[in-house]
Amino acid sequence: MKRLPEITDKVKKNLIWKSIFRRDYRNTIRDRAQAVFGNVFLHLHPVQVRESAVKLRFTWGMGGITFFAFIILVITGVVLMFYYHPSVDQAYTDIKDLEFQVPYGVILRNLHRWGAHFMVIVVMIHMFRVFMTGSYKAPRQFNWGIGVFLLVLTFLLSFTGYLTPWDQLGFWAITVGTNMGAATPFLGYQGPFSEFLHITPYNDIRFALLGGAQVGGNALLRSYIWHCVAIPLVSIILMFVHFWRVRKDGGISKPQK
Amino acid sequence: MNPFIEIITQPDNIAIVIMIIMVSFFMAWAFQQAFENDRRLAAGLPVEGENDNFVDTFKPLVRIELIIALVVMVGLTIWSIAIDAPLEEIANPTITPNPAKAPWYFLGLQELLVYFDPWLAGVVLPSLIVVGLLAIPYIDINPKGNGYYTFAERKYAIIIFSFGFFVLWLLLIVIGVFFRGPGWLWYWPWQEWDHARVVFEPTKDLTSVIGIDSRSIPGIIIGGIVVVSYLVGGMVAPYLYWKKNNPELLKQLGMVRYITITFLFVTMMSIPIKMILRLVFLVKYVWIIPWFGGINF
Repeated sequence: MKRLPEITDKVKKNLIWKSIFRRDYRNTIRDRAQAVFGNVFLHLHPVQVRESAVKLRFTWGMGGITFFAFIILVITGVVLMFYYHPSVDQAYTDIKDLEFQVPYGVILRNLHRWGAHFMVIVVMIHMFRVFMTGSYKAPRQFNWGIGVFLLVLTFLLSFTGYLTPWDQLGFWAITVGTNMGAATPFLGYQGPFSEFLHITPYNDIRFALLGGAQVGGNALLRSYIWHCVAIPLVSIILMFVHFWRVRKDGGISKPQK
Repeated sequence: MNPFIEIITQPDNIAIVIMIIMVSFFMAWAFQQAFENDRRLAAGLPVEGENDNFVDTFKPLVRIELIIALVVMVGLTIWSIAIDAPLEEIANPTITPNPAKAPWYFLGLQELLVYFDPWLAGVVLPSLIVVGLLAIPYIDINPKGNGYYTFAERKYAIIIFSFGFFVLWLLLIVIGVFFRGPGWLWYWPWQEWDHARVVFEPTKDLTSVIGIDSRSIPGIIIGGIVVVSYLVGGMVAPYLYWKKNNPELLKQLGMVRYITITFLFVTMMSIPIKMILRLVFLVKYVWIIPWFGGINF
Protein backbone atom coordinates (compact mmCIF):
# COMPACT_ATOMS: atom_id res chain seq x y z
CA MET A 1 0.00 0.00 0.00
CA LYS A 2 2.99 2.24 0.41
CA ARG A 3 3.14 2.48 -3.32
CA LEU A 4 -0.41 3.76 -3.75
CA PRO A 5 0.51 7.48 -3.83
CA GLU A 6 3.20 6.58 -6.31
CA ILE A 7 0.67 4.82 -8.52
CA THR A 8 -1.86 7.66 -8.36
CA ASP A 9 0.95 10.03 -9.14
CA LYS A 10 1.93 7.99 -12.16
CA VAL A 11 -1.67 7.88 -13.35
CA LYS A 12 -2.22 11.59 -12.89
CA LYS A 13 1.03 12.71 -14.44
CA ASN A 14 0.22 10.59 -17.43
CA LEU A 15 -0.28 12.28 -20.79
CA ILE A 16 -3.69 10.67 -21.32
CA TRP A 17 -5.03 11.61 -17.89
CA LYS A 18 -3.83 15.18 -18.33
CA SER A 19 -5.52 15.43 -21.69
CA ILE A 20 -8.86 14.48 -20.08
CA PHE A 21 -8.60 16.40 -16.80
CA ARG A 22 -6.72 19.56 -17.62
CA ARG A 23 -5.87 20.43 -14.05
CA ASP A 24 -5.66 18.98 -10.56
CA TYR A 25 -8.61 19.36 -8.24
CA ARG A 26 -7.44 21.04 -5.05
CA ASN A 27 -10.78 22.04 -3.46
CA THR A 28 -10.15 25.75 -3.80
CA ILE A 29 -12.87 28.22 -4.79
CA ARG A 30 -11.32 28.41 -8.21
CA ASP A 31 -11.28 24.63 -8.65
CA ARG A 32 -14.85 24.18 -7.42
CA ALA A 33 -15.97 26.73 -9.97
CA GLN A 34 -13.81 25.13 -12.65
CA ALA A 35 -15.46 21.77 -11.88
CA VAL A 36 -18.80 23.27 -12.93
CA PHE A 37 -18.03 25.45 -15.91
CA GLY A 38 -15.28 23.19 -17.17
CA ASN A 39 -17.73 20.32 -17.52
CA VAL A 40 -20.18 20.24 -20.39
CA PHE A 41 -22.86 18.47 -18.33
CA LEU A 42 -22.47 20.48 -15.13
CA HIS A 43 -22.16 23.87 -16.78
CA LEU A 44 -25.94 23.87 -17.06
CA HIS A 45 -25.64 24.98 -13.43
CA PRO A 46 -24.32 28.27 -12.18
CA VAL A 47 -21.11 28.07 -10.17
CA GLN A 48 -22.96 28.99 -7.01
CA VAL A 49 -26.61 28.49 -6.13
CA ARG A 50 -28.86 29.75 -3.39
CA GLU A 51 -29.35 27.54 -0.35
CA SER A 52 -32.98 26.84 -1.27
CA ALA A 53 -31.81 25.15 -4.46
CA VAL A 54 -29.95 22.61 -2.37
CA LYS A 55 -32.71 21.98 0.15
CA LEU A 56 -35.41 19.57 -0.88
CA ARG A 57 -38.15 21.59 0.83
CA PHE A 58 -38.48 24.23 -1.81
CA THR A 59 -38.24 22.51 -5.21
CA TRP A 60 -38.71 18.87 -4.18
CA GLY A 61 -36.23 18.22 -6.98
CA MET A 62 -39.20 17.55 -9.24
CA GLY A 63 -37.93 19.22 -12.41
CA GLY A 64 -34.64 17.39 -12.14
CA ILE A 65 -36.41 14.11 -11.40
CA THR A 66 -38.55 14.60 -14.52
CA PHE A 67 -35.41 15.14 -16.59
CA PHE A 68 -33.78 12.10 -15.02
CA ALA A 69 -36.86 10.00 -15.81
CA PHE A 70 -36.61 11.22 -19.40
CA ILE A 71 -32.96 10.10 -19.56
CA ILE A 72 -33.88 6.66 -18.20
CA LEU A 73 -36.62 6.42 -20.82
CA VAL A 74 -34.28 7.41 -23.65
CA ILE A 75 -31.71 4.81 -22.60
CA THR A 76 -34.17 1.96 -22.06
CA GLY A 77 -36.08 3.05 -25.16
CA VAL A 78 -33.00 2.88 -27.37
CA VAL A 79 -32.20 -0.60 -26.09
CA LEU A 80 -35.80 -1.69 -26.65
CA MET A 81 -35.56 -0.50 -30.25
CA PHE A 82 -32.92 -3.17 -30.90
CA TYR A 83 -35.55 -5.83 -30.24
CA TYR A 84 -38.57 -4.32 -31.93
CA HIS A 85 -40.09 -4.10 -35.41
CA PRO A 86 -42.95 -1.62 -35.86
CA SER A 87 -45.00 -3.96 -38.02
CA VAL A 88 -48.31 -5.66 -37.33
CA ASP A 89 -46.79 -9.09 -37.98
CA GLN A 90 -43.85 -8.75 -35.62
CA ALA A 91 -44.57 -6.14 -32.96
CA TYR A 92 -46.50 -8.38 -30.59
CA THR A 93 -44.16 -11.37 -30.90
CA ASP A 94 -41.20 -9.04 -30.34
CA ILE A 95 -42.67 -8.10 -26.98
CA LYS A 96 -43.24 -11.78 -26.21
CA ASP A 97 -39.60 -12.39 -27.11
CA LEU A 98 -38.61 -9.68 -24.66
CA GLU A 99 -40.53 -11.59 -22.05
CA PHE A 100 -39.20 -15.06 -22.77
CA GLN A 101 -36.02 -14.85 -24.87
CA VAL A 102 -34.12 -11.62 -24.31
CA PRO A 103 -31.90 -11.62 -21.19
CA TYR A 104 -33.36 -9.13 -18.72
CA GLY A 105 -35.92 -8.21 -21.38
CA VAL A 106 -38.75 -8.18 -18.85
CA ILE A 107 -36.98 -5.73 -16.55
CA LEU A 108 -35.98 -3.61 -19.53
CA ARG A 109 -39.59 -3.30 -20.65
CA ASN A 110 -40.86 -2.80 -17.09
CA LEU A 111 -38.35 0.00 -16.51
CA HIS A 112 -39.54 1.73 -19.65
CA ARG A 113 -43.22 1.42 -18.82
CA TRP A 114 -43.03 2.29 -15.13
CA GLY A 115 -40.54 5.04 -15.90
CA ALA A 116 -43.08 6.51 -18.30
CA HIS A 117 -45.87 6.44 -15.71
CA PHE A 118 -43.44 7.91 -13.20
CA MET A 119 -42.48 10.75 -15.54
CA VAL A 120 -46.12 11.69 -16.11
CA ILE A 121 -46.69 11.79 -12.35
CA VAL A 122 -43.61 13.85 -11.46
CA VAL A 123 -44.07 16.33 -14.31
CA MET A 124 -47.56 17.11 -12.95
CA ILE A 125 -46.18 17.52 -9.41
CA HIS A 126 -43.43 19.77 -10.81
CA MET A 127 -46.07 22.01 -12.36
CA PHE A 128 -47.97 22.06 -9.07
CA ARG A 129 -44.82 23.12 -7.19
CA VAL A 130 -44.05 25.89 -9.67
CA PHE A 131 -47.61 27.13 -9.33
CA MET A 132 -47.63 27.00 -5.53
CA THR A 133 -44.40 29.00 -5.23
CA GLY A 134 -45.67 31.55 -7.74
CA SER A 135 -42.60 30.86 -9.83
CA TYR A 136 -44.45 31.54 -13.08
CA LYS A 137 -44.59 35.22 -12.20
CA ALA A 138 -42.28 37.82 -13.75
CA PRO A 139 -39.72 37.28 -15.13
CA ARG A 140 -40.56 33.61 -15.68
CA GLN A 141 -43.86 33.83 -17.59
CA PHE A 142 -42.40 32.56 -20.85
CA ASN A 143 -40.67 29.61 -19.24
CA TRP A 144 -43.97 28.51 -17.67
CA GLY A 145 -45.37 28.40 -21.20
CA ILE A 146 -42.48 26.23 -22.39
CA GLY A 147 -43.22 24.00 -19.41
CA VAL A 148 -46.88 23.67 -20.40
CA PHE A 149 -45.81 22.48 -23.86
CA LEU A 150 -43.38 20.02 -22.27
CA LEU A 151 -46.23 18.70 -20.12
CA VAL A 152 -48.38 18.14 -23.22
CA LEU A 153 -45.44 16.49 -25.01
CA THR A 154 -44.95 14.17 -22.02
CA PHE A 155 -48.57 13.03 -22.33
CA LEU A 156 -48.16 12.57 -26.09
CA LEU A 157 -44.92 10.61 -25.66
CA SER A 158 -46.64 8.24 -23.28
CA PHE A 159 -49.76 8.04 -25.46
CA THR A 160 -47.88 7.20 -28.67
CA GLY A 161 -45.91 4.52 -26.83
CA TYR A 162 -49.11 2.85 -25.73
CA LEU A 163 -49.78 1.33 -29.15
CA THR A 164 -46.32 -0.13 -29.76
CA PRO A 165 -46.85 -3.54 -28.05
CA TRP A 166 -49.77 -4.08 -30.44
CA ASP A 167 -51.91 -5.74 -27.77
CA GLN A 168 -55.59 -5.25 -26.97
CA LEU A 169 -54.84 -2.69 -24.27
CA GLY A 170 -52.89 -0.37 -26.56
CA PHE A 171 -55.02 -0.97 -29.61
CA TRP A 172 -58.26 0.05 -27.93
CA ALA A 173 -56.74 2.87 -25.91
CA ILE A 174 -55.47 4.39 -29.15
CA THR A 175 -58.81 3.72 -30.85
CA VAL A 176 -60.65 5.54 -28.06
CA GLY A 177 -58.11 8.36 -28.03
CA THR A 178 -57.96 9.01 -31.76
CA ASN A 179 -61.74 8.80 -32.08
CA MET A 180 -61.66 12.20 -30.43
CA GLY A 181 -59.89 13.44 -33.54
CA ALA A 182 -62.96 12.49 -35.54
CA ALA A 183 -65.03 14.82 -33.35
CA THR A 184 -62.91 17.91 -34.05
CA PRO A 185 -65.05 20.82 -35.23
CA PHE A 186 -64.51 21.50 -38.96
CA LEU A 187 -61.72 18.93 -39.37
CA GLY A 188 -63.16 15.67 -38.01
CA TYR A 189 -65.85 13.83 -39.93
CA GLN A 190 -68.14 13.54 -36.90
CA GLY A 191 -67.48 17.04 -35.65
CA PRO A 192 -69.76 20.02 -36.15
CA PHE A 193 -69.36 22.09 -39.35
CA SER A 194 -67.33 19.36 -41.06
CA GLU A 195 -69.92 18.95 -43.80
CA PHE A 196 -69.06 22.40 -45.12
CA LEU A 197 -65.48 21.30 -45.78
CA HIS A 198 -66.56 17.95 -47.30
CA ILE A 199 -64.77 16.05 -44.56
CA THR A 200 -65.14 12.26 -44.65
CA PRO A 201 -63.53 9.46 -42.60
CA TYR A 202 -60.91 9.36 -45.35
CA ASN A 203 -59.64 12.92 -45.20
CA ASP A 204 -60.12 14.11 -41.64
CA ILE A 205 -57.76 14.62 -38.70
CA ARG A 206 -58.19 11.08 -37.46
CA PHE A 207 -57.15 9.76 -40.86
CA ALA A 208 -54.03 11.91 -40.68
CA LEU A 209 -53.20 10.64 -37.20
CA LEU A 210 -53.71 6.97 -38.06
CA GLY A 211 -52.64 6.93 -41.68
CA GLY A 212 -55.92 5.17 -42.37
CA ALA A 213 -59.57 5.06 -41.41
CA GLN A 214 -58.84 2.70 -38.53
CA VAL A 215 -55.96 1.62 -36.32
CA GLY A 216 -53.71 -0.61 -38.43
CA GLY A 217 -50.17 -1.03 -39.68
CA ASN A 218 -49.83 2.60 -40.73
CA ALA A 219 -51.00 3.79 -37.32
CA LEU A 220 -48.42 1.51 -35.67
CA LEU A 221 -45.63 2.92 -37.84
CA ARG A 222 -46.78 6.49 -37.25
CA SER A 223 -47.04 6.13 -33.52
CA TYR A 224 -43.61 4.46 -33.49
CA ILE A 225 -41.99 7.35 -35.37
CA TRP A 226 -43.76 9.99 -33.31
CA HIS A 227 -42.77 8.11 -30.16
CA CYS A 228 -39.14 7.35 -30.93
CA VAL A 229 -38.04 10.25 -33.12
CA ALA A 230 -40.33 13.21 -33.68
CA ILE A 231 -41.69 13.99 -30.20
CA PRO A 232 -38.39 13.28 -28.38
CA LEU A 233 -36.60 15.66 -30.77
CA VAL A 234 -39.09 18.45 -30.13
CA SER A 235 -39.02 17.72 -26.40
CA ILE A 236 -35.23 17.89 -26.25
CA ILE A 237 -35.22 21.24 -28.05
CA LEU A 238 -37.85 22.62 -25.68
CA MET A 239 -35.91 21.23 -22.70
CA PHE A 240 -32.82 23.13 -23.85
CA VAL A 241 -34.89 26.30 -23.95
CA HIS A 242 -36.52 25.49 -20.60
CA PHE A 243 -33.22 24.92 -18.76
CA TRP A 244 -31.53 27.85 -20.49
CA ARG A 245 -34.33 30.16 -19.47
CA VAL A 246 -34.17 28.95 -15.86
CA ARG A 247 -30.59 30.25 -15.83
CA LYS A 248 -31.33 33.44 -17.77
CA ASP A 249 -34.35 34.29 -15.62
CA GLY A 250 -32.18 34.22 -12.52
CA GLY A 251 -32.01 30.57 -11.47
CA ILE A 252 -34.37 28.84 -9.04
CA SER A 253 -36.97 31.42 -8.10
CA LYS A 254 -36.40 33.35 -4.91
CA PRO A 255 -38.78 35.42 -2.78
CA GLN A 256 -39.38 38.75 -4.47
CA LYS A 257 -41.28 41.19 -2.35
CA MET B 1 -60.96 -11.76 -4.86
CA ASN B 2 -62.43 -8.53 -3.60
CA PRO B 3 -63.06 -6.44 -6.73
CA PHE B 4 -61.48 -3.38 -5.12
CA ILE B 5 -58.22 -5.20 -4.40
CA GLU B 6 -58.39 -6.60 -7.91
CA ILE B 7 -58.64 -3.15 -9.46
CA ILE B 8 -55.95 -1.43 -7.44
CA THR B 9 -53.47 -4.27 -7.89
CA GLN B 10 -53.73 -4.26 -11.68
CA PRO B 11 -50.17 -3.45 -12.76
CA ASP B 12 -51.06 -0.23 -14.59
CA ASN B 13 -53.26 0.96 -11.76
CA ILE B 14 -50.45 0.69 -9.25
CA ALA B 15 -49.08 3.78 -10.98
CA ILE B 16 -52.28 5.60 -10.05
CA VAL B 17 -52.05 4.43 -6.45
CA ILE B 18 -48.46 5.75 -6.40
CA MET B 19 -49.70 8.99 -7.95
CA ILE B 20 -52.39 9.42 -5.28
CA ILE B 21 -49.85 8.86 -2.51
CA MET B 22 -47.26 11.21 -4.04
CA VAL B 23 -49.73 13.95 -4.90
CA SER B 24 -51.32 13.84 -1.43
CA PHE B 25 -47.90 14.03 0.20
CA PHE B 26 -46.70 16.98 -1.86
CA MET B 27 -50.03 18.77 -1.58
CA ALA B 28 -49.77 18.55 2.21
CA TRP B 29 -46.15 19.69 2.10
CA ALA B 30 -46.94 22.67 -0.14
CA PHE B 31 -49.82 23.88 2.00
CA GLN B 32 -47.89 23.29 5.22
CA GLN B 33 -45.10 25.53 3.92
CA ALA B 34 -47.62 28.05 2.62
CA PHE B 35 -49.30 28.36 6.04
CA GLU B 36 -45.90 28.50 7.75
CA ASN B 37 -44.88 31.44 5.53
CA ASP B 38 -48.27 33.08 6.11
CA ARG B 39 -47.60 33.01 9.85
CA ARG B 40 -44.19 34.59 9.27
CA LEU B 41 -45.64 37.27 7.01
CA ALA B 42 -48.31 38.07 9.58
CA ALA B 43 -45.60 38.40 12.23
CA GLY B 44 -43.52 40.63 9.96
CA LEU B 45 -40.76 38.04 9.64
CA PRO B 46 -38.98 37.18 6.37
CA VAL B 47 -40.35 34.18 4.47
CA GLU B 48 -38.31 31.06 4.16
CA GLY B 49 -35.40 31.49 1.78
CA GLU B 50 -35.59 35.26 1.72
CA ASN B 51 -32.18 35.73 3.30
CA ASP B 52 -30.53 32.81 1.56
CA ASN B 53 -26.80 32.61 1.26
CA PHE B 54 -25.06 31.20 -1.75
CA VAL B 55 -23.39 27.82 -1.70
CA ASP B 56 -21.13 26.14 -4.23
CA THR B 57 -22.76 24.05 -6.90
CA PHE B 58 -19.86 21.64 -6.64
CA LYS B 59 -20.42 19.68 -4.52
CA PRO B 60 -23.52 20.45 -2.40
CA LEU B 61 -25.92 20.61 -5.35
CA VAL B 62 -24.22 17.98 -7.46
CA ARG B 63 -24.17 15.65 -4.47
CA ILE B 64 -27.89 15.93 -3.80
CA GLU B 65 -28.68 15.50 -7.49
CA LEU B 66 -26.66 12.32 -7.52
CA ILE B 67 -28.42 11.03 -4.38
CA ILE B 68 -31.87 11.77 -5.82
CA ALA B 69 -30.93 10.10 -9.11
CA LEU B 70 -29.78 7.00 -7.22
CA VAL B 71 -32.95 6.89 -5.12
CA VAL B 72 -35.14 7.22 -8.22
CA MET B 73 -33.14 4.58 -10.05
CA VAL B 74 -33.33 2.15 -7.12
CA GLY B 75 -37.06 2.81 -6.69
CA LEU B 76 -37.82 2.25 -10.37
CA THR B 77 -35.67 -0.88 -10.42
CA ILE B 78 -37.51 -2.36 -7.44
CA TRP B 79 -40.84 -1.47 -9.04
CA SER B 80 -39.70 -3.13 -12.27
CA ILE B 81 -38.50 -6.28 -10.55
CA ALA B 82 -41.62 -6.60 -8.41
CA ILE B 83 -44.33 -5.88 -10.98
CA ASP B 84 -44.45 -6.85 -14.64
CA ALA B 85 -45.84 -4.52 -17.28
CA PRO B 86 -49.14 -5.85 -18.62
CA LEU B 87 -49.35 -7.45 -22.03
CA GLU B 88 -52.80 -8.50 -23.13
CA GLU B 89 -53.86 -10.63 -26.09
CA ILE B 90 -52.67 -9.56 -29.53
CA ALA B 91 -54.60 -6.60 -30.97
CA ASN B 92 -57.87 -7.73 -32.49
CA PRO B 93 -60.17 -5.18 -34.15
CA THR B 94 -63.09 -7.60 -33.97
CA ILE B 95 -63.09 -7.98 -30.17
CA THR B 96 -63.95 -4.75 -28.38
CA PRO B 97 -63.12 -4.84 -24.69
CA ASN B 98 -65.77 -3.44 -22.39
CA PRO B 99 -64.94 -0.92 -21.03
CA ALA B 100 -62.35 0.33 -23.56
CA LYS B 101 -60.33 2.82 -21.58
CA ALA B 102 -57.81 5.41 -22.73
CA PRO B 103 -54.44 5.63 -20.91
CA TRP B 104 -54.99 6.59 -17.29
CA TYR B 105 -53.89 10.25 -17.58
CA PHE B 106 -56.61 10.83 -20.19
CA LEU B 107 -59.37 9.13 -18.21
CA GLY B 108 -60.50 12.47 -16.77
CA LEU B 109 -61.20 13.58 -20.32
CA GLN B 110 -62.91 10.27 -21.11
CA GLU B 111 -65.06 10.76 -18.02
CA LEU B 112 -66.08 14.15 -19.45
CA LEU B 113 -67.67 12.26 -22.35
CA VAL B 114 -70.48 11.34 -19.97
CA TYR B 115 -71.36 15.00 -19.62
CA PHE B 116 -70.33 16.55 -22.94
CA ASP B 117 -70.35 15.59 -26.60
CA PRO B 118 -66.98 14.43 -27.99
CA TRP B 119 -66.20 17.68 -29.82
CA LEU B 120 -66.35 19.48 -26.46
CA ALA B 121 -64.97 16.82 -24.12
CA GLY B 122 -62.26 15.53 -26.44
CA VAL B 123 -61.22 18.58 -28.40
CA VAL B 124 -62.42 21.97 -27.18
CA LEU B 125 -62.07 21.50 -23.42
CA PRO B 126 -58.58 19.91 -23.58
CA SER B 127 -57.46 22.75 -25.84
CA LEU B 128 -58.86 25.25 -23.38
CA ILE B 129 -56.98 23.54 -20.53
CA VAL B 130 -53.74 24.12 -22.42
CA VAL B 131 -54.71 27.68 -23.33
CA GLY B 132 -55.72 28.36 -19.74
CA LEU B 133 -52.44 27.01 -18.37
CA LEU B 134 -50.48 29.12 -20.85
CA ALA B 135 -52.51 32.18 -19.89
CA ILE B 136 -51.93 31.88 -16.13
CA PRO B 137 -48.79 34.07 -15.90
CA TYR B 138 -50.39 36.78 -18.00
CA ILE B 139 -53.78 36.96 -16.32
CA ASP B 140 -52.52 36.66 -12.74
CA ILE B 141 -51.44 40.25 -12.06
CA ASN B 142 -51.01 39.77 -8.33
CA PRO B 143 -47.34 40.69 -7.74
CA LYS B 144 -47.27 38.99 -4.35
CA GLY B 145 -46.33 35.41 -3.66
CA ASN B 146 -43.54 35.41 -6.24
CA GLY B 147 -40.94 32.80 -5.38
CA TYR B 148 -42.25 31.45 -2.08
CA TYR B 149 -45.08 29.32 -0.74
CA THR B 150 -48.01 31.35 0.52
CA PHE B 151 -51.73 30.97 0.68
CA ALA B 152 -52.97 34.20 2.25
CA GLU B 153 -51.41 36.44 -0.39
CA ARG B 154 -52.95 34.67 -3.38
CA LYS B 155 -56.01 32.81 -2.11
CA TYR B 156 -58.13 32.97 -5.24
CA ALA B 157 -55.39 31.89 -7.65
CA ILE B 158 -54.56 28.90 -5.45
CA ILE B 159 -58.18 27.91 -4.85
CA ILE B 160 -59.06 28.02 -8.55
CA PHE B 161 -55.91 26.19 -9.64
CA SER B 162 -56.32 23.57 -6.91
CA PHE B 163 -59.94 23.00 -7.88
CA GLY B 164 -58.91 22.46 -11.49
CA PHE B 165 -55.93 20.26 -10.68
CA PHE B 166 -57.20 18.15 -7.79
CA VAL B 167 -60.91 17.91 -8.58
CA LEU B 168 -61.42 18.36 -12.30
CA TRP B 169 -58.19 16.66 -13.39
CA LEU B 170 -57.08 14.16 -10.73
CA LEU B 171 -60.42 13.22 -9.16
CA LEU B 172 -61.96 12.58 -12.58
CA ILE B 173 -58.97 10.36 -13.42
CA VAL B 174 -59.52 8.40 -10.20
CA ILE B 175 -63.22 8.05 -11.02
CA GLY B 176 -62.40 6.89 -14.55
CA VAL B 177 -59.91 4.32 -13.30
CA PHE B 178 -61.60 2.94 -10.20
CA PHE B 179 -65.32 3.64 -10.51
CA ARG B 180 -66.13 2.99 -14.15
CA GLY B 181 -66.88 -0.51 -15.38
CA PRO B 182 -68.54 -2.13 -18.39
CA GLY B 183 -70.66 0.28 -20.39
CA TRP B 184 -68.86 3.08 -18.52
CA LEU B 185 -71.41 2.50 -15.76
CA TRP B 186 -70.68 3.50 -12.19
CA TYR B 187 -69.35 0.67 -10.03
CA TRP B 188 -68.49 1.06 -6.38
CA PRO B 189 -65.20 -0.61 -5.49
CA TRP B 190 -66.98 -3.40 -3.64
CA GLN B 191 -69.33 -4.18 -6.54
CA GLU B 192 -68.57 -6.99 -8.94
CA TRP B 193 -68.39 -5.92 -12.63
CA ASP B 194 -71.44 -7.24 -14.41
CA HIS B 195 -71.25 -7.26 -18.20
CA ALA B 196 -74.95 -7.98 -18.59
CA ARG B 197 -75.99 -5.07 -16.40
CA VAL B 198 -78.22 -2.56 -18.11
CA VAL B 199 -79.14 0.62 -16.38
CA PHE B 200 -82.19 2.35 -17.69
CA GLU B 201 -81.61 5.99 -16.97
CA PRO B 202 -84.21 8.01 -18.80
CA THR B 203 -82.10 11.11 -19.35
CA LYS B 204 -83.88 14.16 -20.58
CA ASP B 205 -82.92 17.56 -21.85
CA LEU B 206 -83.34 20.68 -19.83
CA THR B 207 -86.35 22.02 -21.70
CA SER B 208 -88.19 18.69 -21.60
CA VAL B 209 -88.24 19.07 -17.82
CA ILE B 210 -90.75 21.88 -18.32
CA GLY B 211 -92.51 19.96 -21.06
CA ILE B 212 -91.01 21.54 -24.18
CA ASP B 213 -89.39 19.27 -26.78
CA SER B 214 -85.72 20.20 -26.82
CA ARG B 215 -85.55 19.68 -30.59
CA SER B 216 -88.48 21.93 -31.37
CA ILE B 217 -87.91 25.59 -32.23
CA PRO B 218 -89.13 26.88 -28.84
CA GLY B 219 -86.95 24.29 -27.09
CA ILE B 220 -83.92 25.36 -29.09
CA ILE B 221 -84.58 29.00 -28.35
CA ILE B 222 -85.04 28.44 -24.63
CA GLY B 223 -81.96 26.24 -24.43
CA GLY B 224 -79.99 28.88 -26.29
CA ILE B 225 -81.16 31.57 -23.90
CA VAL B 226 -80.07 29.47 -20.92
CA VAL B 227 -76.59 28.74 -22.30
CA VAL B 228 -75.94 32.23 -23.62
CA SER B 229 -77.19 33.90 -20.47
CA TYR B 230 -74.98 31.59 -18.39
CA LEU B 231 -71.93 32.53 -20.47
CA VAL B 232 -72.72 36.22 -20.76
CA GLY B 233 -74.10 36.51 -17.25
CA GLY B 234 -71.10 34.72 -15.80
CA MET B 235 -68.80 37.09 -17.63
CA VAL B 236 -70.71 40.29 -16.86
CA ALA B 237 -71.67 39.68 -13.22
CA PRO B 238 -68.14 40.00 -11.79
CA TYR B 239 -67.74 43.22 -13.77
CA LEU B 240 -70.78 44.75 -12.14
CA TYR B 241 -69.69 43.49 -8.73
CA TRP B 242 -66.13 44.78 -8.99
CA LYS B 243 -67.22 48.05 -10.54
CA LYS B 244 -69.10 48.77 -7.37
CA ASN B 245 -66.71 47.26 -4.83
CA ASN B 246 -63.26 47.27 -6.40
CA PRO B 247 -63.04 49.51 -9.50
CA GLU B 248 -59.27 49.72 -9.08
CA LEU B 249 -58.96 45.99 -9.78
CA LEU B 250 -60.93 46.30 -13.03
CA LYS B 251 -58.67 49.13 -14.17
CA GLN B 252 -55.56 47.09 -13.41
CA LEU B 253 -56.91 44.04 -15.20
CA GLY B 254 -57.95 45.74 -18.41
CA MET B 255 -60.57 44.46 -20.82
CA VAL B 256 -58.56 41.71 -22.55
CA ARG B 257 -57.45 40.12 -19.28
CA TYR B 258 -60.91 40.46 -17.78
CA ILE B 259 -62.56 38.70 -20.71
CA THR B 260 -59.93 35.94 -20.76
CA ILE B 261 -60.23 35.28 -17.03
CA THR B 262 -64.01 35.25 -16.92
CA PHE B 263 -64.36 33.18 -20.09
CA LEU B 264 -61.94 30.53 -18.83
CA PHE B 265 -63.55 30.53 -15.39
CA VAL B 266 -67.12 30.27 -16.69
CA THR B 267 -66.07 27.44 -19.03
CA MET B 268 -64.30 25.64 -16.20
CA MET B 269 -67.30 25.92 -13.91
CA SER B 270 -69.58 24.57 -16.63
CA ILE B 271 -67.97 21.17 -16.00
CA PRO B 272 -69.14 20.70 -12.37
CA ILE B 273 -72.49 22.31 -13.28
CA LYS B 274 -73.00 19.88 -16.14
CA MET B 275 -71.91 16.98 -13.92
CA ILE B 276 -74.48 17.85 -11.26
CA LEU B 277 -77.19 18.31 -13.90
CA ARG B 278 -76.40 14.91 -15.36
CA LEU B 279 -75.78 12.90 -12.19
CA VAL B 280 -78.41 14.40 -9.92
CA PHE B 281 -81.15 15.61 -12.28
CA LEU B 282 -80.47 13.21 -15.20
CA VAL B 283 -80.30 16.15 -17.60
CA LYS B 284 -78.22 15.32 -20.66
CA TYR B 285 -78.32 18.42 -22.81
CA VAL B 286 -79.12 22.01 -21.99
CA TRP B 287 -79.13 23.25 -25.55
CA ILE B 288 -79.46 21.20 -28.70
CA ILE B 289 -78.62 22.70 -32.07
CA PRO B 290 -79.65 20.02 -34.55
CA TRP B 291 -77.95 21.73 -37.52
CA PHE B 292 -74.32 21.86 -38.74
CA GLY B 293 -73.81 18.21 -37.83
CA GLY B 294 -75.17 18.66 -34.31
CA ILE B 295 -73.82 21.08 -31.71
CA ASN B 296 -75.11 20.15 -28.30
CA PHE B 297 -74.29 21.74 -24.99
